[in-house]
Amino acid sequence: MKKTSKVVKYNKWGYIFLIPFIVIYLVFQMIPLVTTIYNSFFENYRSGLKIIGPNFVGIQNFITIITNGDLPTYFKNTMIMWIMGFVPQIVISLILGAWFTDPSLRLKGQAFFKTVMYLPNLIMASAFAMLFFTLFSLSGPINSILLQIGVIKEAYQFMAHVWSVRWLVAFMNCIMWFGNTTILLMAGMMGIDPSLFEAAQVDGATATQIFYKITLPLLKPILIYVMITSLIGGLQMFDVPQILTNGTGDPMRSSMTLIMYLNKHLFSKNYGLGGALSVFMFIITGILSLIVFKFTNSGEKN
Amino acid sequence: MKKKFLSVVLSATMVAGMLTACGNTAATAPTEAPAETAEATDATAETPAADTTAVAADEGKVLNIYCWNDEFQRRVKDHYPGYTEVDATTGTIGDVTVKWNITPNQDNAYQNNLDENLLKQADAAADDKIDIFLVEADYALKYVDEDVTLPVADLGITDADIADQYKYTQDVMTDSNGVLKGLSWQGCPGVLIYNREAAKEVLGSDDPAEVQKAVADWDAFSKTAAEMKKAGYSMTATTNDAYRVFSNNVSGKWVQDGKVVIDENIMKWVEMSKDMADKGEVASTSDLWSEDWNKGFYPDGKVFCYFGPAWMINFSMAADKAGSIANAGGWGATEGPQGFFWGGTWICAAQGTDNAGIIADIMKALTTNKDIMLDIVTADSDFVNNKPAMEEAAGKDEFAFDVLGGQNPLAMFAKGADSCDLSNQCAYDQGCNEEFQKAMKNYFDGNATLDEALAAFKKAIVEKYPDVTAE
Repeated sequence: MKKTSKVVKYNKWGYIFLIPFIVIYLVFQMIPLVTTIYNSFFENYRSGLKIIGPNFVGIQNFITIITNGDLPTYFKNTMIMWIMGFVPQIVISLILGAWFTDPSLRLKGQAFFKTVMYLPNLIMASAFAMLFFTLFSLSGPINSILLQIGVIKEAYQFMAHVWSVRWLVAFMNCIMWFGNTTILLMAGMMGIDPSLFEAAQVDGATATQIFYKITLPLLKPILIYVMITSLIGGLQMFDVPQILTNGTGDPMRSSMTLIMYLNKHLFSKNYGLGGALSVFMFIITGILSLIVFKFTNSGEKN
Repeated sequence: MKKKFLSVVLSATMVAGMLTACGNTAATAPTEAPAETAEATDATAETPAADTTAVAADEGKVLNIYCWNDEFQRRVKDHYPGYTEVDATTGTIGDVTVKWNITPNQDNAYQNNLDENLLKQADAAADDKIDIFLVEADYALKYVDEDVTLPVADLGITDADIADQYKYTQDVMTDSNGVLKGLSWQGCPGVLIYNREAAKEVLGSDDPAEVQKAVADWDAFSKTAAEMKKAGYSMTATTNDAYRVFSNNVSGKWVQDGKVVIDENIMKWVEMSKDMADKGEVASTSDLWSEDWNKGFYPDGKVFCYFGPAWMINFSMAADKAGSIANAGGWGATEGPQGFFWGGTWICAAQGTDNAGIIADIMKALTTNKDIMLDIVTADSDFVNNKPAMEEAAGKDEFAFDVLGGQNPLAMFAKGADSCDLSNQCAYDQGCNEEFQKAMKNYFDGNATLDEALAAFKKAIVEKYPDVTAE
């Protein structure tokens, strides 16, 4: 009897240690989530200084968002820019990670390079976007350089062409996040048992074979994690395109992301439509994460 | 530890590099200040401070002022008798503490902050209540038409006190029932500011009267644009430069019966700008205040003209930077194709204030006292809201602008201020003007047809103002 009561006493500490997480989760995650869903059923906005609502309107907000047809466009923009940034990012990170963890290369100054690679992430995204905006403006330094070395005859309007804006956004996201991804992947690679690499080398495997047959399969859990977090981060892409295009998502909103669209509704404090849009975002994110998870996990069973 | 130190050092160098790049403009701005402060102390010494302290006897001890830059603060500091500066955001008038709440305009931050606090005004403690806030014409009606602003008459300012002011400055602040809710010390009629060098080269003369002939109406303006293009000059720096000249001369409001209406005159701007953009007669389709806009302030920018009021000529055209056209006095001013106004700051008393006496006194001093207002003209080259004073100053050489190579544009401004018509204002102006220019940029850049661009504008308006319809 006494022994079991002692066990219960130890269990108590488990719950106590969980309290901070639970409290923070409730206050900053659960309550906002529930109120967002709740708000999405009301008409509630501000016109000038007049507050209109909240009036219960059922699923009217959801209907508005579906019928005006903007959601798929902005979802497409977001995904295009995310993929354009993520593909080079994961490739670069994998190569760098493999190099840095390869014991036969014995790279010097690893700490220095890791820091340098991580640096772009330390700058505020908005400051970074501001910098690029200035660099690539019509009379900015990039145009001056290109003009002077004679690559182009007339200043190129980077901000007035669909693909140049999208590439800039993707490029910035890639620069900002490849260091982070590299460090995550490196942690994953260092967790792989070195004896496996040695055994492969003894058996005469080439570096490419080792990478594809040993590193990649064993890296899978970390890769899935990186994919999903990056996907969620990509869906929430906001600050870079927002600042770069001055909130317009121009040309013709071709670089407007879902969250930028959400932000448009917050000008008039339109909690109803904003809430409905957020609920859609929640569902989309959930579905996509599930797909990625299922897709990358399916090989395991075979 | 070593690694941490290294990364801190590396990031510090990067951040420092960025700061030095941004620091330039900020550092140059306050250089004018010492001269102004000297005059301010003179002014304080001359006028007895007794009457201001008497006013404050039974009133609140804290005066909260909400604004978006230090312009009004400088005016109060330099020209309001009895104001003593404590630090950048506080000052005193008699035994009343003045607290400045300065929130920049960018991304609507000023209005967001003001709105939140105005909505809480009724529940706020007396010392935390907003007493004065400033507004601009573009969104003035948003505040004037609500009971967050106190009628000027309630402050004890009579019609006779403000009889000398330009009528348009009062029209802006008059609500739908005809009650005046705020006053301004300045008038912002605009003129066409032209590059004298370019005028001599292309038009053969930089005399304002001669240049006026070349820009007397929009047809002449377009013709001149073609000539400028031949000589290697852009007519304006951006397509948006001429926007206000058109949008100030519309025949109806932006929003009528809850519906967006695009005025014919604004469509004329679209037509003209598209034409000029296609022919390469404007330098860019960028926004005002952008790098592309600024570059015309220097001779290398090769821009013929800007549209702007007095504050732009004196403060926004890089006059304090060596090598700029303004610095060399290389601009001229002429009336241009149509009259318009741009900007201006109005003082509003907030409902619920406990400092009505001081507010009335500040308003009276800055917006009706001819001596103080002439001081503002001399010290700050502002165009003040006092008709007789400005008409008097228009004839005097001492009020000539250095930036304009010694030309005195006040007569032009006075004429412009007289003819300003604001009857077609509405509370949605700011959003409509901004979104319209943004949407049309797509059309000018060739990324959308006119119909697509107009549809994009309507979409943006409905998002911004859910109570407005667009079809």
